[in-house]
Amino acid sequence: MTDDIARAAGHTDPPPRMGFFTDTSVCIGCKACEVACKEWNAVPEDGLDLTGMSYDNTQGLGASTWRHVAFIEQTAPPAGHENVDVFDAARGLSASDTPGELRWLMSSDVCKHCTHAACLDVCPTGSLFRTEFGTVVVQEDICNGCGYCVPACPYGVIDQRPGDGRAWKCTLCYDRLGEGMEPACAKACPTDSIQFGPLDELRERAAGRVAQLHAAGTVDARLYGEDPGDGVGGDGAFFLLLDQPEVYGLPPDPVVTTRDLPAMWRHAAAAGASLAALAVASFVRRSR
Amino acid sequence: MSRSREGFKGGGRRRGRGERAMVPDAEFSSYYGRPILKKPTWKLLDVGGYLFLGGLAGASSLLAAGAQLTARPALGRTAKVGAAGAISLSLAALVHDLGRPERFLNMLRVIKPTSPLNLGSWLLAGYAPLTMAAAAADVAGRYRTAGAAATGCAAALGPAVATYTAVLLADTAVPSWHAGHRELPFVFAGSGATAAAGWALLTAPVDEAGPARRMAVLGAVLEVGAFRLMTGRMGLVAEPYEEGRPRTLLRTAEVLTAGGAALAACAGRRGRALAAVAGTALLAGSACLRLGVFRAGVASAEDPKYTVVPQRERLEAAG
Repeated sequence: MTDDIARAAGHTDPPPRMGFFTDTSVCIGCKACEVACKEWNAVPEDGLDLTGMSYDNTQGLGASTWRHVAFIEQTAPPAGHENVDVFDAARGLSASDTPGELRWLMSSDVCKHCTHAACLDVCPTGSLFRTEFGTVVVQEDICNGCGYCVPACPYGVIDQRPGDGRAWKCTLCYDRLGEGMEPACAKACPTDSIQFGPLDELRERAAGRVAQLHAAGTVDARLYGEDPGDGVGGDGAFFLLLDQPEVYGLPPDPVVTTRDLPAMWRHAAAAGASLAALAVASFVRRSR
Repeated sequence: MSRSREGFKGGGRRRGRGERAMVPDAEFSSYYGRPILKKPTWKLLDVGGYLFLGGLAGASSLLAAGAQLTARPALGRTAKVGAAGAISLSLAALVHDLGRPERFLNMLRVIKPTSPLNLGSWLLAGYAPLTMAAAAADVAGRYRTAGAAATGCAAALGPAVATYTAVLLADTAVPSWHAGHRELPFVFAGSGATAAAGWALLTAPVDEAGPARRMAVLGAVLEVGAFRLMTGRMGLVAEPYEEGRPRTLLRTAEVLTAGGAALAACAGRRGRALAAVAGTALLAGSACLRLGVFRAGVASAEDPKYTVVPQRERLEAAG
């Protein structure tokens, strides 16, 4: 089922759809993924800022940052838990996630390789395309730097590289996949927080991991982007998170903008007809 | 969770809570207050100009065809020349905005209905030569039949040229553009009409400019009405239109458009000078509207509130 998108894109007999499952519950924030990605893909330097945002000086994904490790320091209960009865919570102090305790959330973000990818849909040149692995890749010899993909992405992943003019993002190491190798970030990840494989297999594994965490008392564990019924048809790169997506800088309910495109064209057609009617009305009464 | 709705009504108040600097807003979470979306990389003047000039050209082609059918040669000529000039500048702005301008023709490498910019490029590839042929035939006074045919074909494409740019903006994740996808084409249609009417008032003799005066009034009603309807329906994501620079631009646009149309209707017959003032106001109003809409969208992409809160509300409404 998951290789249907490659077939729909014109690939005959494609391999299984490949993706990432990033299990943030075992991320240690080492940033080996960021380094491996930069090294393998020869991604240029992206500014050397000190942000004061915990251990995150990378700040976010961009044209020259294709893996980004987020650091969140929480001293309060996670957002959305403000109605917790503290006396109840105190009675259960032995349970994990005690309010007021410091915890660090670390998460390696990456292009989601959406099933319904807005960047790919709006690209006017066909530079962005769907590979046989079901991933979304920019062809750098085609991109004319129109920048349409940049505001189209509901996750804020793809961006235009200053000085170069073209749009860049994670390729899910298309070159390595072609040789049967795993992407550089997954290869470098020391805790297997970044897992690479056929998407079907990853989804099964992720469901098992969530069940395991829930059984162990980590009730906030939830999958993000794994649901083929969501607004982007499910992500090729999905996550296990320990708090709400927006805490990690991820949109809580992204929708591919082109889902509304037929309605947009209908309204534009009606507006065009109104303009024509308005012009006719302007000429109806002659006042010479 | 009901916490979000009330807290955001006032807009722009969230920075007031100085003691919670690490949490940008008590009502929604974000990653250090950073935007979720990437803001458009488009340059304000290039893309603002591209939107404005496209509208001016598209509606001018309608005026040109009407003038041709009703024997108003002077109005026809200024409208034809206006359409050809505006669309040429619009194309130049579009190409100038590209990261790799020399690869502009890659736009025509594929036909892609899911990309408004691709379809728009094809549309302009057909439309621009027609306007040039129409203007050239008129100015040269030769090939009248071919010129008339080109004028008619350009007028047939004109409404699409004036409105597809609204789809181009709305077909993004930018909250304040996408949420307006129903009304924005009408706003742009009205704005194109006022711009074309303004150009005609500025350049055509008073005795032929009657249709332009009526188009100014009708266009202003459509533009202002559709814009108010749009922001009235948008909820939270209307805020960027009502704050800061976009607000200034959009208020200015409304005053110039309404004032220009009123002046054209009341005093446009009394002389070239008054008509020219009205025309200039209408052109400036249309340009301000495009720039204001552009900047409001960019502002909405830069603040995670406009991405997170509506999506949270949607999730909570869905249960």
